[in-house]
Amino acid sequence: MAELPTTPSQTVGPYLHIGLSWDDGPYVVPEGTPGAVWLCGRVLDGAGEVVTDALVESWQADPDGRFDQLGWRGFGRSDTRDGGYAIHTVVPGAVAGQAPHLDVSVFARGLLHRLVTRIYFPEHERSEDPVLRSVPPERRDTLVATRTGDGYAFDVRIQGERETVFFDV
Amino acid sequence: MTLAGYRRDADTHPPLDSPEYRSTRLRHPTQPLTLLPHRLTEVTGPLLGPGRVGPLDHDLTRQHDGEPVGQRIIVHGRVLDGDGRPIPDSLIEIWQANAGGRYRHTGDRWPSPLDPNFDGVGRTLTDAEGRYEFVTIKPGAYPWRNHDNAWRPAHIHFSLFGRSFTQRLVTQMYFPDDPLFGQDPIFNAVPERARFRLVSRFDLDRTRPEWALAFEFDIVLRGRDATPLEDGHG
Repeated sequence: MAELPTTPSQTVGPYLHIGLSWDDGPYVVPEGTPGAVWLCGRVLDGAGEVVTDALVESWQADPDGRFDQLGWRGFGRSDTRDGGYAIHTVVPGAVAGQAPHLDVSVFARGLLHRLVTRIYFPEHERSEDPVLRSVPPERRDTLVATRTGDGYAFDVRIQGERETVFFDV
Repeated sequence: MTLAGYRRDADTHPPLDSPEYRSTRLRHPTQPLTLLPHRLTEVTGPLLGPGRVGPLDHDLTRQHDGEPVGQRIIVHGRVLDGDGRPIPDSLIEIWQANAGGRYRHTGDRWPSPLDPNFDGVGRTLTDAEGRYEFVTIKPGAYPWRNHDNAWRPAHIHFSLFGRSFTQRLVTQMYFPDDPLFGQDPIFNAVPERARFRLVSRFDLDRTRPEWALAFEFDIVLRGRDATPLEDGHG
């Protein structure tokens, strides 16, 4: 089959909220789900300023490491207009030889293409994870959330000190 | 488990560090990206089905009691993957300025009026052949502060999911022969040979006589690698 050239990416721009914010966006799982946690954080630019015109999306397996179970949404979406993002979810199970993780996309004004990162969890064994092993050891911590009272925190540092590891997906 | 990954298409996209677009300065990573081979998480994606789309969500001219001001247009096309296969039942979200170039957003304060009959937000699902259609108003150009006397060419924002995390794409559709292209750093950040893929085609066949003009915009998401990965570990 002939290959078609793909459509280029463009920025979401500063008015992404009108098009992409959903009332139920943050809810990978409904309120009241056993084991549910809030995964929250900020998106920071190269000056350390909070980015309020970003959109964070997550994609993950269910607690058994499955993506294809009926009724499993697996997807979260939160803008950062209030200073950060917040996603209501459950910790995923391990997937095919990898430590439990979320795949994350970050969109924003000033980003001509999404940034892709991963979120891992502090309580899991991660030393054999093939993706983390491909990252320089001193930067692996930027991919691991920290525990909070109602879940986890994970800041995305686009540029500068402790810059988050981003992936070429 | 046998999984096919997706072909990489970095040469299609604008570089994250595009100095002419000033907002990229503090918003591009300075460390090199880490190559992520495609495993199960990357080749799967959410099913965001009909429950997300209301009956009038594709028609931005019928979402209020009255009609919006401006040139009524039909925007249609197909969503395909890089092998030419249609992507059916896939969510498309759009947002745009009104005919005067003003967004219904608290951050947009430039002195062009809001239209009480226009929100500028639409959603639809592709059909079994990957086709979609929106009815809307041609958006206006608007000024921004990137450089002296900067104006964005008229555009409609598009968000697409495809079938997998890897195929996710957010882009902008432009209109043919816009005189503002030459001074727009967002459009021009795209490699020159790929820019035309963002420009819709005037489509006389799909105009509705005495009703609306039409533009065609096909969107191509990444195609599959020829060689399947050996297993789920990539």
